[in-house]
Amino acid sequence: MSDMNRYLSEVVRTIPPSGIRKFFDLVSQTEGVISLGVGEPDFVTPWHIREASWYSLEKGYTMYTSNSGLMELREEVAAYEKRKVGVEYNPDGEILITVGVSEAVDIALRALIEPGDEVLIPDPSYVSYAPGARLAFGQAVPVPTYDQDEYRLRADVLESCITPKSKVLILTFPSNPTGAIMQKDDLAAIAAVVKKHDLIVISDEIYGELTYYGQHASIAALPEMRDRTILMNGFSKAYAMTGWRIGYACGHRDIIAAMTKIHQYTIMCAPIMAQKAALEALRNGEEQMRKMVENYNHRRKLLLNGFEEIGLDCFEPRGAFYCFPSIKSTPFNSEEFCERLLQEEKVAAVPGNAFGSNGEGFIRCCYAASVKDLEEAIIRMGNFLNRHR
Amino acid sequence: MDLQRQILNLLERDAKLNASTIATMLDVDESTVTAMIKKMEDERIILGYNTIINWDKIGDETVTAMIEVKMQPEREVGFNRIAERICRFPEVKSVQLISGTYDLSVIVTGKTLKDISWFVSHKLSTLDQIQSTVTLFILKTYKQEHFMFNDNDDDKRLVVSP
Repeated sequence: MSDMNRYLSEVVRTIPPSGIRKFFDLVSQTEGVISLGVGEPDFVTPWHIREASWYSLEKGYTMYTSNSGLMELREEVAAYEKRKVGVEYNPDGEILITVGVSEAVDIALRALIEPGDEVLIPDPSYVSYAPGARLAFGQAVPVPTYDQDEYRLRADVLESCITPKSKVLILTFPSNPTGAIMQKDDLAAIAAVVKKHDLIVISDEIYGELTYYGQHASIAALPEMRDRTILMNGFSKAYAMTGWRIGYACGHRDIIAAMTKIHQYTIMCAPIMAQKAALEALRNGEEQMRKMVENYNHRRKLLLNGFEEIGLDCFEPRGAFYCFPSIKSTPFNSEEFCERLLQEEKVAAVPGNAFGSNGEGFIRCCYAASVKDLEEAIIRMGNFLNRHR
Repeated sequence: MDLQRQILNLLERDAKLNASTIATMLDVDESTVTAMIKKMEDERIILGYNTIINWDKIGDETVTAMIEVKMQPEREVGFNRIAERICRFPEVKSVQLISGTYDLSVIVTGKTLKDISWFVSHKLSTLDQIQSTVTLFILKTYKQEHFMFNDNDDDKRLVVSP
């Protein structure tokens, strides 16, 4: 019984492991690295939120909640989404509290996909969507997005990828890894294609608060799009709560009911201490959250300006906390670039191709790092470029 | 928020930020930032730039005390004249007028307990307007100017994550 692989399902065997994993091992073995490779805030969860969670534990809140999540949290979520993107959801039946947006994406895909259905996914994008589609026995179809479009999803490109099997479009703006945002007009063009081809949209808006140019816009707020969209959001990025694993999905009650069915059998409910913390975040966290966003914006400008000074081409990312510069002026591909940058200058960035083949020629740099580290990273990257161009 | 406040917010947390970094962060010209900082220094909006030091770590034995001072205010000037006089002593770190059961809170540093008690008995209590003093020695500092003294604020994040 030495090779147990034969017991594994075909779908799991054929999903490639995350490209980030390999790089993680490499970086972990190197000392003194400045890492721009992280995908999370450099803030610790604000104290009042941590404190509220402890208080709830002291009070004895250690049990299951309803499958959908605490009603008071769903009410706050409803108020929040109405306030932020102008879409109304009924806390009773149209909102589900999940273990992060990750779970929401997973159960939405499982609720929607028949074997062979196609899921349209912007390329590059966060690493989980394509494997998530495969695990739901769907087919992931990358929809390329381009540097020259500032990585917005283009309606004509989307339409060229649509087949009779297309069923779901995953929207992920502001984007990890590119930092791209989609404004209302951009979304309107996409909505027209979605309606024309009778698609349903999974809109992962986890970076919504981290928008540095106007207000975050949701496709769910456009005419006739509310019921066609499953709006997902969570607390990880805006409130620096990645480790709490808490998020939610909002949508038409039939879809939320189907997702809730999967959720109740697989997860039961999101952890109550995380739900209590999320409640505190929504009730009293706005001010501190705004400060963190302002702080990211300062550092965004710093890194972007630094890239300009050392001659690394980068479009201006207007959301999330990533820059996605082109490394095409060097003789390296993304992986070679990142490996050599790590070995020679001890700066870690993530190869763009880890997020899809269209990310090749780019690297993801996260500016949720200290000003001192960002400035030092820019100097080191400048040295690296001088040697290799 | 106006530019002046934005600059002050950044400098309040990190006085070592230079004008060029601040200018990039706030998307304005470096010369604008330099001029505004100079103006705020001239107008004594910015009084100075301190370093927050954990002296315990280099084994320096200093003693700090907070002295609660009850005093008789004076006609026309209230507490100001005496408060400003107390400020002149080099061992005095801060002087604040406080509401409640006493009037001034004076923070004093010295090398030994004796230094401080000598200051209180010979310099402070002997001023005519001072009615009484209570000296509270500071045993340990946990947090000062937003900095935790024993906090391990290492980056606990994974070095690379999706």
